[in-house]
Amino acid sequence: MTSSAAGGRGATAEGELRPLRFHVPEPKCRPGSSPDLSSIELPTQVLPRPAIDTPRERLHEYAYGLIRVLGDDHRASGDWAPSLDADQLRQGLRSMLLTRLFDQRMLRAQRTGKTSFYMQCTGEEAIAVAQAMALEPNDMCFPSYRQQGLLVARGWSLVDMMCQVYNNSADRMKGRQLPVMYSAKEAGFFSISGNLGTQAIQAVGWAMASAYKGDTRLAATWVGDGTTAEADFHYALTFAAVYRVPVLLNVVNNQWAISSFQGIAGGEATTFAARAIGYGLPGLRVDGNDFLAVYAATRWAIARARAGHGATVLELYTYRAAAHSSSDDPSGYRPDGEAACWPLGDPVERLKQHLIALGEWSEERHAALTEELTEEVKVAGKEAESHGTLGRQTPDPRTMFDDVFKDLPAHLLRQRDQLGN
Amino acid sequence: MPSMTMIQALNSAMDVMLERDPNVLVFGEDVGYFGGVFRCTAGLQKKYGINRVFDTPIAEGGIVGAAVGMGAYGLRPVVEIQFADYIYPAMDQLTSEAARLRYRSGGEFSAPITVRSPCGGGIYGGQTHSQSPEALFAHVCGLKTVMPSNPYDAKGLLIAAIEDDDPVVFFEPKRLYNGPFDGHHDRPVKPWAGHPLGEVPEGYYRIPLGQAAILRPGSAVTVLCYGTMVHVALAAVEESGVDAEVIDLRTLVPLDLETIENSVRKTGRCVVVHEATRTGGFGAELSAQVQEACFDYLEAPIERLTGWDTPYPLAHEWHYFPGPARVGAALKRALEY
Ligand SMILES: Cc1ncc(C[n+]2csc(CCOP(=O)(O)OP(=O)(O)O)c2C)c(N)n1
Ligand SMILES: [Mg+2]
Repeated sequence: MTSSAAGGRGATAEGELRPLRFHVPEPKCRPGSSPDLSSIELPTQVLPRPAIDTPRERLHEYAYGLIRVLGDDHRASGDWAPSLDADQLRQGLRSMLLTRLFDQRMLRAQRTGKTSFYMQCTGEEAIAVAQAMALEPNDMCFPSYRQQGLLVARGWSLVDMMCQVYNNSADRMKGRQLPVMYSAKEAGFFSISGNLGTQAIQAVGWAMASAYKGDTRLAATWVGDGTTAEADFHYALTFAAVYRVPVLLNVVNNQWAISSFQGIAGGEATTFAARAIGYGLPGLRVDGNDFLAVYAATRWAIARARAGHGATVLELYTYRAAAHSSSDDPSGYRPDGEAACWPLGDPVERLKQHLIALGEWSEERHAALTEELTEEVKVAGKEAESHGTLGRQTPDPRTMFDDVFKDLPAHLLRQRDQLGN
Repeated sequence: MPSMTMIQALNSAMDVMLERDPNVLVFGEDVGYFGGVFRCTAGLQKKYGINRVFDTPIAEGGIVGAAVGMGAYGLRPVVEIQFADYIYPAMDQLTSEAARLRYRSGGEFSAPITVRSPCGGGIYGGQTHSQSPEALFAHVCGLKTVMPSNPYDAKGLLIAAIEDDDPVVFFEPKRLYNGPFDGHHDRPVKPWAGHPLGEVPEGYYRIPLGQAAILRPGSAVTVLCYGTMVHVALAAVEESGVDAEVIDLRTLVPLDLETIENSVRKTGRCVVVHEATRTGGFGAELSAQVQEACFDYLEAPIERLTGWDTPYPLAHEWHYFPGPARVGAALKRALEY
């Protein structure tokens, strides 16, 4: 893009003014070429776990590094390694696997017309699951649509989730919401908005309320790499920094926002964790496919918030292995097989191998667990389907008018009468 | 003449304008390499280069704000907001900035921008992929608001919008992208191929903003509609056998009051149909204007048939959507008054 003659009048001390340009970022590979993620530089410097009261200005390098615990030998090392026993690790593995199998069944349900839409979190299971385990059960989550693992890890009913996906007669959202836009107050899970990023600043407000009341419950929120461009994310960072709010601000950098690679969200120039620095917050970049690293970094941020040092931005570095949603076909914008090249592996596989390396797990036990969880999902699926699927056994249409307001005003009563039935 | 879907017609309009005018740029979320989630900009980046057709960060306020700045420089940006439901983060840039820039600078600056956005329901999109927020924009003085109902109009109106020197909000009923949907959701999907309004010239042509189209002449009652409801109204008219005059507004602001007035003076009855919610909807404005202009000619109260005053509920899509049965009943009420 060239500038017009305006302002380009003749020579300056530096010489002739040159036509201006702007730059549009592009990913290294597109469909047709073979996937190549070799340009991703994984920081090798080991960053020690800092004291939770470390002043934020001494934490800058954490925004550019990468906190890892699990090595290529599947062993945990370094002082970030959390003290989780084998039972807890197996619990984490179970929740991740359950989330994945749940996703697989629901995607099949979409393909067979039982629901209109579905979104998987394949490859990102460690994030929601490890963070749910790091948080207290009643800490409040303000997720995006890709943290179904929070509900699974908190033991929420799969049947309840499925009924929402099926928009059926047992759906507590009364069939209104797009599938996967859950709400589960009892599970500390805020109603998901379709509008990206709105939850980030709401989480900050919730945490301020909790602090105002002298409550002990934290809030945590999740946005995608693409969503960091929305103003609401920046409101969240500003308010969180200004009021030193006890909140966790997570950025799930899964490299893609539908068809846009993370460079379009600003990831080419710097890291998403580094967004925090300009706002006066600590930002940590974490291997999002390393269950132990996610858990450890989250515990650190929680401890820091509880000690009154305010918010932390965690960038969870991962890869969206599946399509954006059931409506999306990634072969139109990224090379096939890119997920398999992801240098940080698969979170389920890595935790499994870690447990095996510890002598606490085996291929046989893993196969048995997979079978058991597949059955669990299947049984839940059957029960949910008994309450209906898309267009079959929907909630009473008259409920459409409920909850617009607390009480039905006269004009809605009139409209409900016009609807009939 | 080639047959085009509405998606192809919109693509063709942008193609024509990118070709004709180097000041035209096209951008938005997923618009560049991929060509948009509805594929309206497919192939344009390849043809015109990455500096003219490109992806943006997910920031609707940023997209429109950048367009305003480019417009102030003298470009004609055409931006896409992925769904009308996501236009609200851009509300300030549209209502306080784009709409009033000319006014507040005494004509020194203006924002000749076009904001395209798919709207409307019928695709099981739930409350965040189904809204019809046209009335919010029609209410803002300084914005023009357009909603085509077919491929031919879509292309001609989009070209007119891009060439217009004022900001235009251009809503595309997504349920019409691939066919003329008449509300009979249980019947096979009809394509644009074979439909007379699916015949679209390859090259440049424009349909001026502010001109309605009479899609079916009639004498018993005037039906005012736009977008998807045009096809629903035509179906309802045919099924009820009422000799209705069906007017597709095409542009809400500026409104073609003359065509409306002439029709209502002839028929003496008027039914307004829109998919958007009722209270404060554009139907209220139409009803008021018809009443002001045609009071002496009216033989029945003006009927408004609209979406209910609730968010768009996914499972109850077809109870919410004002389908041909409800439109037919409204025609009957207007006739039997
Ligand atoms: C305000 C708003 N704008 C646009 C969209 C459409 N949209 C839905 S998901 C998405 C991509 C989000 O990417 P990212 O934040 O990286 O999250 P991911 O899907 O990768 O988890 C877009 C553009 C939306 N839902 N809300
Ligand atoms: Mg993403």
